[in-house]
Amino acid sequence: MGEKIKETAVIISQEEISEDIYSMWIKTKASKTAKPGQFVALYCNDGSRMLPRPISICEIDKEKEALRLVYRVVGKGTDEFSKYHAGAEVDVMGPLGNGFPMERAEGKKALLIGGGIGVPPIVELAKQLKAEEKNIVAGYRNLLFLEEELKKNGSFYPATEDGSAGVKGTVIDAIKENNIDADVIFACGPTPMLRALKEYAEEKNIEAWISMEEKMACGIGACLACVCKTKEKDEHTNVNNARICKEGPVFNAEEVEL
Amino acid sequence: MNTSVNLAGVTLKNPVMTASGTFGSGAEYSEFVDLNKLGAVVTKGVANVPWPGNPTPRIAEVYGGMLNAIGLQNPGIDVFMNRDIPFLKQYDTKIIVNVCGKTTEDYCDVVEKLADTEVDLLEINISCPNVKEGGIAFGQNAKSIEAITKEVKKYAKQPIIMKLSPNVTDITEMAKAAEAGGADVLSLINTLTGMKIDVERQKFAIANKTGGLSGPAVKPVAVRMVYQVANAVNVPIIGMGGICNAEDALEFILAGATAVSVGTANFSNPCTTAEVVAGIEDYMRRHNVEDIKDLIGLVK
Ligand SMILES: Cc1cc2nc3c(=O)[nH]c(=O)nc-3n(C[C@H](O)[C@H](O)[C@H](O)COP(=O)(O)OP(=O)(O)OC[C@H]3O[C@@H](n4cnc5c(N)ncnc54)[C@H](O)[C@@H]3O)c2cc1C
Ligand SMILES: Cc1cc2nc3c(=O)[nH]c(=O)nc-3n(C[C@H](O)[C@H](O)[C@H](O)COP(=O)(O)O)c2cc1C
Ligand code: FES
Repeated sequence: MGEKIKETAVIISQEEISEDIYSMWIKTKASKTAKPGQFVALYCNDGSRMLPRPISICEIDKEKEALRLVYRVVGKGTDEFSKYHAGAEVDVMGPLGNGFPMERAEGKKALLIGGGIGVPPIVELAKQLKAEEKNIVAGYRNLLFLEEELKKNGSFYPATEDGSAGVKGTVIDAIKENNIDADVIFACGPTPMLRALKEYAEEKNIEAWISMEEKMACGIGACLACVCKTKEKDEHTNVNNARICKEGPVFNAEEVEL
Repeated sequence: MNTSVNLAGVTLKNPVMTASGTFGSGAEYSEFVDLNKLGAVVTKGVANVPWPGNPTPRIAEVYGGMLNAIGLQNPGIDVFMNRDIPFLKQYDTKIIVNVCGKTTEDYCDVVEKLADTEVDLLEINISCPNVKEGGIAFGQNAKSIEAITKEVKKYAKQPIIMKLSPNVTDITEMAKAAEAGGADVLSLINTLTGMKIDVERQKFAIANKTGGLSGPAVKPVAVRMVYQVANAVNVPIIGMGGICNAEDALEFILAGATAVSVGTANFSNPCTTAEVVAGIEDYMRRHNVEDIKDLIGLVK
């Protein structure tokens, strides 16, 4: 048996940290081997919703055997999760996927980028990453969240769509306006952001690692629901696509098509 | 207590197997389930050459189930034979390979290649609703079902399971055609063609527009079809469609299935297959059933 587990976890705490954004700590053995950039699958208690919800690991507390999950309520499943109180139970499977390749940042200038609900996995990454320089750019619609956690672990540069905090515009605008240069990029966010970053990184010849998203069914690589197109033939699938839940969710931007 | 069942001369230690396409070739789920406990592992559909499958999104959740249009992505029979069969041979379970194709020749090609391998049974998928060229085209017409079954049988050294589509007017007609063509076993049901529209985005939920419906939502339809087919043919039946627990599995067995497959439920709980095995044993103890065969088709 491998390191992934499926178990019933207990909710330690739950709070709304921003509009429709919730932070939940759960006690689970999945924390033992969890790494930044990995995710867990959360199952709904309502049996009419069969598929697990993939949620990134935002923080890991090995001592308390706990994981922090920060999620936005966008549909029925996340709405159900937001109603759980401390002491309630939730089925969880994880840790899933591969994390960010942190060794790529050693002795280098690292740029960590989160967009919207892609910000959470950047928190644990910022905590654990060892780099010569750590700049963190986070893009929001308007309200900031997790900014305290990020500020503690690097130089923090926010961007907002409405300009209410930091640079007005996208994460790319924030990188340019703050003249941030980098040897390696780690990013998580919506597909349009990742697409823009892939282009930016290729232009500037910067190594970039991006965390991708797709609808998932099994979460462990068995069903082939969650594939993304790849430049080269993937070793497992033997065609030009890779399983985001298994080979990902973090990919070298050069190797995937968006 | 005897839980073993017989499919065309192949003895399974229990009637519980995996549904093709939901369990890969077992490797991923082996982290959660002891494959030695299963009657058989049925692998994802494999073709003569690699198929890239459909664009994403490939799946959508619906009430009590899901739609999928994976498009039979597979690595091709050569990679499958070198990697997946040796993996499964490590376990004390039967190996059933699900075969897909676009033409009769494609199917026969794969069946011929598998003839001298240690695979126990072959399941011929003539019922995938998500690939235009093949699959379903064979599975919705009695004459073509009989014809392709006959062709495949010419090349097969293992017993052949024909997997039937529920997207037909009269399932018994298709079952009889497969039996007439020489099918050793029948399996049903494959997914029911469905559609979901994302109302907020005013778009189809999956890129392929239509997808196959599976999960508990289809179970009553599947049980009815298994019952009808069991009363129309003399070959054993593998029942599937929405099985989530032992009670669901027993429903199929009582309706006439010799074995059962667990599909979509693996996604909501990766340990489902093993739990169904344990649950059936528990039921047999509670009801003083000595031999599971006494339950097959018990409800008339
Ligand atoms: C690797 C990965 C990590 C993620 N991490 C986070 C995170 O840390 N915080 C967070 O808020 N969200 C995250 N998401 C997105 C999150 O999975 C979806 O928002 C969530 O599944 C929506 O569920 P729902 O029932 O509320 O929405 P519904 O729209 O009702 O869900 C219907 C179905 O679609 C799936 N689905 C809907 N949106 C997405 C999506 N964007 N990605 C994948 N599946 C989706 C659901 O899982 C469910 O099966 C992540 C997605 C992936 C793939
Ligand atoms: C994601 C997915 C992939 C599938 N792939 C295949 C396949 O490759 N070949 C096949 O014969 N059936 C395939 N099926 C159909 C299942 O094997 C099964 O017949 C159907 O899903 C009904 O069972 P269930 O409700 O338990 O899932 C697939 C189903 C799903 C959900
Ligand atoms: S969700 Fe099944 S392969 Fe990724």
